[in-house]
Amino acid sequence: MFESLSDKIEGAIKNVTGQGRINELNIAATMREIRRALLDADVNYQVARDFTDQVKEKATGDEVLNSVTPGQQLVKIVHDELTELLGGEHVGINEPDYPPTVILVAGLQGSGKTTFCAKLARHFRRQGRAPLLAAADVYRPAAVNQLQKLASEIDVPVYARMENGEPLQDAVRVAKEAVEEARTKARDVVIIDTAGRMHVDERMMQEVTDIRDTVEPHEILFVVDSMTGQDAVNTAKEFNEQLNFDGVVLTKLDGDTRGGAALSIRSVVNKPIKFASTGETLDALTEFYPERMSQRILGMGDIVTFVEKAQEEFDEKKAEKLRQKMQSDDFNFEDFYQQLQRIKKMGSMKDLLGMIPGIGKKVRNLDVDDDAFKHIEAMILSMTIEERLNPSVIDGSRRRRIAKGSGARVRDVNQLLKQFKEMKKMMKSMSKLMGKGRKMDIQQMLNNMDVGKMGGSAKPPF
Amino acid sequence: MGFFDRFKPRTNEPSPEEKEKLEEGLEKTRTSFFGKLDRMVRGKDEVDDLVLDQLEEVLVTSDVGVKTTLDIIDRVEARVARDQFVSTKELNQLIREEITHLMLDEVPEMPADFEADLPHTPHVVMVVGVNGVGKTTSIGKIAYRYKQAGRSVLLGAGDTFRAAAIEQLEIWANRADVDLIKQSHGSDPAAVAFDTLAAAKSREAEVVLIDTAGRLHTRRGLMDELSKVKRVMSKQIPDAPHEVLLVLDASTGQNAIRQAEVFTEAVDVTGLVLTKLDGTAKGGIVIGVSNEFKVPVKYIGVGEGIDDLQIFDRRAFVEALFGDQF
Ligand SMILES: Nc1nc2c(ncn2[C@@H]2O[C@H](COP(=O)(O)OP(=O)(O)OP(=O)(O)O)[C@@H](O)[C@H]2O)c(=O)[nH]1
Ligand SMILES: Nc1nc2c(ncn2[C@@H]2O[C@H](COP(=O)(O)OP(=O)(O)OP(=O)(O)O)[C@@H](O)[C@H]2O)c(=O)[nH]1
Ligand SMILES: [Mg+2]
Ligand SMILES: [Mg+2]
Repeated sequence: MFESLSDKIEGAIKNVTGQGRINELNIAATMREIRRALLDADVNYQVARDFTDQVKEKATGDEVLNSVTPGQQLVKIVHDELTELLGGEHVGINEPDYPPTVILVAGLQGSGKTTFCAKLARHFRRQGRAPLLAAADVYRPAAVNQLQKLASEIDVPVYARMENGEPLQDAVRVAKEAVEEARTKARDVVIIDTAGRMHVDERMMQEVTDIRDTVEPHEILFVVDSMTGQDAVNTAKEFNEQLNFDGVVLTKLDGDTRGGAALSIRSVVNKPIKFASTGETLDALTEFYPERMSQRILGMGDIVTFVEKAQEEFDEKKAEKLRQKMQSDDFNFEDFYQQLQRIKKMGSMKDLLGMIPGIGKKVRNLDVDDDAFKHIEAMILSMTIEERLNPSVIDGSRRRRIAKGSGARVRDVNQLLKQFKEMKKMMKSMSKLMGKGRKMDIQQMLNNMDVGKMGGSAKPPF
Repeated sequence: MGFFDRFKPRTNEPSPEEKEKLEEGLEKTRTSFFGKLDRMVRGKDEVDDLVLDQLEEVLVTSDVGVKTTLDIIDRVEARVARDQFVSTKELNQLIREEITHLMLDEVPEMPADFEADLPHTPHVVMVVGVNGVGKTTSIGKIAYRYKQAGRSVLLGAGDTFRAAAIEQLEIWANRADVDLIKQSHGSDPAAVAFDTLAAAKSREAEVVLIDTAGRLHTRRGLMDELSKVKRVMSKQIPDAPHEVLLVLDASTGQNAIRQAEVFTEAVDVTGLVLTKLDGTAKGGIVIGVSNEFKVPVKYIGVGEGIDDLQIFDRRAFVEALFGDQF
């Protein structure tokens, strides 16, 4: 698929080389390929359309890297947007201050709820917690038995109510009693398995909302088969309207489905995907990885990698230019701003710090504010081009204006200017010291100048 | 403009006025769609983009898939160019016909009708598919229908892997009032199939339904296991199984094509069961699957109850695809 795809893209851009910016024309062919890729991946028709239109609008006018085509660059932009949409901040299970944590699991028939409940119980058990499984699927033949068998594999108790060998036909009561049982037996997590139900089945949807209203769960998870096609939007929307769930579990990702349902669901309900289920055995549960998912959905990984490489080269070139600039003393706020962007792209501060041996553990408990740079950025953005290129013109009234424009105090602007000056001095001497060929480490610079202390908010500890 | 506007070079790009009209039309309710269409298409040999765009949307949102959708649009265009049409009604009819004909009709040796004569006794049916699609439930329903038709039925509990799969099938056997052959959890599924056929011969059962564990088609080892289960059956009864039913969940998207491909390779699928049509999913994927792999859809599942199984009707299916839209 990739070959023909890149052929097409190349064919389409042959005549447009030399166009420095993304525009309707030079990405038209790629746009179609991307849309088709999304539909082939089961992204909902409307969602695919809206998503690509948005990305197109956003990308139009972007400067194109020298060594790639506008189309290729667009693929990369789509990929990044997709990753962002699928990801966002990682959110765990909601837990109350006092146990037990009550988790309600719901979804369509056969999506993998019962298996997931057992997996989740195993996950808690491994953390030293004491889960209780509640068998609130009172309809499906042998559902209780299935849950009990799975639970016995991981040595977790199951609350079930049987009468003459048949499950008591009252799911609400089973769920309620399970939570009571957890309290009396000091189990700190209750995971409620419910029967599969169609979103259009009013009676069954009523049952699950009754369960919710009775046990007041801290977390409601919607379980979806990753092979789901166009209908994912309807089911997710309806379940969300009825239950207002907290998160999504994507199952059967061990197959070769492209998994576009993930995007469809994110787009229509905007709830985080909290877990991925990747097999029938109880250890097959993982966190959800947005980047992998977006590669999977888009299926154009080669192009993405290609553009990334080009991007790196591009940055290298830029860095070299910058180095020369710093030596030549005309390093300015414009350059500084670009450097900040580069650092930001490397990931969140906390993640970056976490990777450093010895520091990793300490930062985990620290409140690191990724916004630390925001204040600096805001100040730079409030400067005129002239001020950015030539900071020496920034006098008192300009400082006041910058402070006002960026919501900072004049003191902060003063400090920024002072530290910028110091940094410049330091850079100059350091780059002389290091000589040609060795790269400047801007991060080191920032460390030395203690940017984190600026702007008044939480400080990165370096 | 349609989603694939430029996938397919269109001979007649709509004029700005036409486009405006088109957008106006889309904003209004779809019920007037055919009224408008009537005015536009009367006596033409080309289909307006508006119709094709809407057709495209209906098909893609029903999981028909881009490839099959483009095939259908091609066919409709070719037919119109050849035959011309005068009314909306005719075009409407033509679209339905083209889609209906993509799906295969049943073959006489494997009648869907539960009362029809079966060329083999016992008639052995193996049921396969990915996880959770509704294999076991469908077996319960089919067993019940054969039983209702006065036939003696035997089930084989060939899913020895999933927790409580045997117990689940046992409950269905009780509901349908038919017999079941099983071994313990974890035993060899091929051995269960072998035993079931042996029992069927000695009991003179007329219909045998063999359940198998759900498996993703990407699991090479499990697919080989399935081939083996099938091979072993022929050691008991030379041309058994006489049917291999692949169960597809109506909510499944394009992955169903891959499922059909790999299952067909492993066990030579002869028919499809499309389950869970009682939701809002349209199951459009079976059009492409039926066409590409030359297998008819035999049954559809429309609920969890024992009665919720129907013999597939191509026309009714296509009607449902369009709902009140076409
Ligand atoms: N390959 C694979 N199979 C899975 C996964 N999760 C569940 N399954 C299988 O999918 C099938 C259905 O799983 P269940 O857990 O019974 O699904 P459910 O949602 O509880 O089903 P109902 O209660 O009938 O609605 C079983 O065969 C499971 O083994 C997964 O992540 N990967
Ligand atoms: N609404 C609805 N539910 C169905 C239909 N067919 C099966 N189900 C439900 O789907 C779920 C899975 O059905 P099973 O028969 O266990 O599926 P399976 O393919 O045997 O599953 P595994 O053996 O685990 O792979 C159960 O909850 C069934 O009640 C149907 O046509 N409509
Ligand atoms: Mg279940
Ligand atoms: Mg089964």
